[in-house]
Amino acid sequence: MNELITRSAAELAELLAAGEVSSVEVTQAHLDRIAAVDGAVHAFLQVDAEGALRTAADVDARRAAGETLAPLAGIPIAVKDVLATKGIPTTCGSKILEGWVPPYDATVVKRLKEAGLPILGKTNMDEFAMGSSTEHSAYGPTRNPWDLDRIPGGSGGGSAAAVAGYLAPLAIGTDTGGSIRQPSAVTGTIGVKPTYGGVSRYGLIALASSLDQAGPVTRTILDAALLHETIAGHDPCDSTSIDAPVPPVLEAVRNADLSGLRVGVVTELRGEGYQPGIEARFDDALKLLTSAGAEIVEVSCPHFVYGLATYYLILPSEASSNLAKFDAMRYGLRVLPDGISEPTAEQVMAATREAGFGPEVKRRIILGTYALSSGYWDAYYGSAQKVRTLIRRDFDAAYEKVDVLVSPTAPTTAFPIGAKVDDPLAMYLNDIATIPASLAGMPGLSLPSGLADEDGLPAGIQVLAPAMADDRLYRVAAALESMLLEQWGGPLLSQAPELEVAR
Amino acid sequence: MTVTTLVSYDDAVAQFDPVLGLEVHVELNTVSKMFCGCSTEFGAEPNTQVCPVCLGLPGALPVANESAVEAAIRIGLALNCSIAEWCRFARKNYFYPDMPKNFQTSQYDEPIAFDGWTEVELDGETYRIEIERAHMEEDTGKSLHVGGATGRIHGAERSLLDYNRAGVPLIEIVTKPIEGTGAKAPEVARAYVTHLRELMAALGVSDVRMEQGSLRCDANVSLRPDAQSEYGLRTETKNVNSLRSVERALRYEICRQATVLADGGRVTQETRHWHEDTGVTTPGRSKEEAEDYRYFPEPDLVPIAPSREWVDELRATLPEPPAVRRARLQEAWGFSDLEMRDAAGAGALPLIEATVEAGAAPQAARKWWSGELARRAHADGVELAELSITPAEVAQIQAMIDAGRLNDKLARQVIDGVLADEGSPDEVVTARGLEVVSDDAALGAAVDQAIADNPDVADKIRSGKVAAAGALIGVVMKQMRGQADAARVRELILERLGQ
Repeated sequence: MNELITRSAAELAELLAAGEVSSVEVTQAHLDRIAAVDGAVHAFLQVDAEGALRTAADVDARRAAGETLAPLAGIPIAVKDVLATKGIPTTCGSKILEGWVPPYDATVVKRLKEAGLPILGKTNMDEFAMGSSTEHSAYGPTRNPWDLDRIPGGSGGGSAAAVAGYLAPLAIGTDTGGSIRQPSAVTGTIGVKPTYGGVSRYGLIALASSLDQAGPVTRTILDAALLHETIAGHDPCDSTSIDAPVPPVLEAVRNADLSGLRVGVVTELRGEGYQPGIEARFDDALKLLTSAGAEIVEVSCPHFVYGLATYYLILPSEASSNLAKFDAMRYGLRVLPDGISEPTAEQVMAATREAGFGPEVKRRIILGTYALSSGYWDAYYGSAQKVRTLIRRDFDAAYEKVDVLVSPTAPTTAFPIGAKVDDPLAMYLNDIATIPASLAGMPGLSLPSGLADEDGLPAGIQVLAPAMADDRLYRVAAALESMLLEQWGGPLLSQAPELEVAR
Repeated sequence: MTVTTLVSYDDAVAQFDPVLGLEVHVELNTVSKMFCGCSTEFGAEPNTQVCPVCLGLPGALPVANESAVEAAIRIGLALNCSIAEWCRFARKNYFYPDMPKNFQTSQYDEPIAFDGWTEVELDGETYRIEIERAHMEEDTGKSLHVGGATGRIHGAERSLLDYNRAGVPLIEIVTKPIEGTGAKAPEVARAYVTHLRELMAALGVSDVRMEQGSLRCDANVSLRPDAQSEYGLRTETKNVNSLRSVERALRYEICRQATVLADGGRVTQETRHWHEDTGVTTPGRSKEEAEDYRYFPEPDLVPIAPSREWVDELRATLPEPPAVRRARLQEAWGFSDLEMRDAAGAGALPLIEATVEAGAAPQAARKWWSGELARRAHADGVELAELSITPAEVAQIQAMIDAGRLNDKLARQVIDGVLADEGSPDEVVTARGLEVVSDDAALGAAVDQAIADNPDVADKIRSGKVAAAGALIGVVMKQMRGQADAARVRELILERLGQ
């Protein structure tokens, strides 16, 4: 294994700045790694070797010319296939967008390009980000580098697996109900869902507009902070983007002192349904936090138990409308119905949507269409919005008592591919702990808490904070990370089995 | 369709009391679209004024156009509406190929302006129209159906889509039920739309050109046995794209519904289409196919909360209300009520105003616009303002009359030339050789000849029957091919015949 690919982005940035290595070398090392192992992992849907190397060479030239570059300039990155990339096919893991090449860049992608990060390619995902295992990708599942027979989480399984398997030092994920945090938890990586509105959604192909948020997927907290600062900040093209300074996340990593910090443990986000090994690692982490001077407080958020039900009304409602645009009229797949010689536009739309959407997408479109229909609106969509407010109030009340909240990120470690794909409700439960913060628009971060005793697979701990207090996540996570690294004697990922390299 | 003889309009309104409801869409003349920076200009090559946002490309997001919000507030204020302190956009979900996102970003239960009123004058009476709401939304693209006989989707070989109009800002103004207009209902509806058009023009928020679709009206009407009864089932007639059509379509619908009801039938609550050519309405979407629009608050846009200071600032920019303006102009111009009503009805007030500003006397300006030019516009089926003659040109022509260079008949020929795009009035006069002959020698010769050729008439005049001079004037004018000042000819005749 080329030693460059196991380095963190911050380390690579130092090497690049010192002239010890070029961006072309770093980028090529990762492209080689992708060529070697992605046949087995299937983290990528598209690899743009040419584009990535072109950017790398450009950054090298600018560095040689003495130009001042952004902190992450020259460090390659993988981008979830839900973000529009000009000139690179973007599918959202769906057949309905097969072959679509966006004519514009998402704001996040634009900022990556401006900061000089070579884009290695687009990562696999559950179709339109609907799923917790990446098994719902129309292009086949991604596999977990810890065990290729297991899921890497979802919907952003591709981004998490790419980072965990050293195919990319950094990745962009998107999180609607846990799609950054849960994959990170089950792959032993770090994933951050910033405050809703903290990172522009322009060019992020919407699943649920009021929930979607892009964020970093990395192997260290410092890397996450560096990437967070690269992509965050107000964007006039996104009305819901917050026009305020980016929370000082990098500073929080560098001054990660926990003394006097009040940490709330959410009663409703543990216990029944959580794997013993996950709970054990979580309790260990709490002890470390205490030892570092934090005060642990038990906090009840009574409405969190309705989180999943609320989420599965609001998300499908918005998704049913957001996905209406895929109609074969302007781009993407176009399927003519069988046995009709002169089909109408409506018949072409119907045939295309029938052929182009997978079963989970159809399930949610139908759920959402129903929840919004007249006669059911008050009972479903209307009630869900009210409960959403109650959940937000639970958070507000909790943050009067504590500075951050913590819970296990996901109730289980990575499960075998195929285990839950036919049981939507079991699949939905993966996001039980991550959904409340999504509904409240508040930031959350997942970092590895260790390996579960029963299966030796990564467990994750989630840190939550009030809106626009993303820096608190980094403060807690950075302190915890350094204590855990000391305990493990190195990164958790170094305990993962070596991936077999294709010849 | 069974052919039945419709109840006559007089019978219809004698038996039933019509209740109206009007929905008017005003396309704003903002530089850019409602949610993106694309141009709104009418008539560009198809699909040249589009971007990821208005094409509904995956990932693109809307940002509300502040100028459009401002225009919406000004329209609301001009209609005496309350302006919401907080309102939201909503998605109206339905599938249609010319709607890029398959939902229209509109407003639903939280419109920016609501509970207003306005007054419409008709035949010296004032009708108060209650306004339910004025809300913001985006326009759709346009479908062009090719290969069929009718230009409609039925029977077409293929359809072309032009998204230039997609996302153009619209304000939809909805009235509350309009009652108590009786037989005048269609005329009141027309007067209301005319009034809105004037109001929007005065606000400067729209081009208000019905033929280009920048002002569109959907007319709802229902009938009930008398003014005390509950409302009947209503129909909504779409595609009503001229002032005249508003009146005609409603007259037709009233007759049609009266026929159904008089037969003991039930009016079907439905959308109907107006056919300008045949003068009838036909059923559109039926109730069984009625859409459930699944409205919900647009999550991609933030609520709009216009500050009271901003609303007050905008209130201060409102133009003079049309009724006040009419009263002021009538006073200044010295028009009778009838003259004023005719001029307003023909949409001539701003044109008369501009003509007066260009130097013409008010009565002269009125005579041209309410008379000759109104007739020509009507004959051509266009609005007065669309005639290719400007108020300044009318004022120039009138100035030539006042200077004795043209007579009325010649002036009409000059108007012909200007309307035929032959140039300015001066150029037309020169090119067509239309100037009045004011050379007394030439006129005198023609007068002498006429007297010599018509001794009987000349004798009558000599004997004091001055009225007979008309016959000789006609002869002279014919001789001069109309290019003479008739008054001067008369003077010369009477002079020569000792009168």
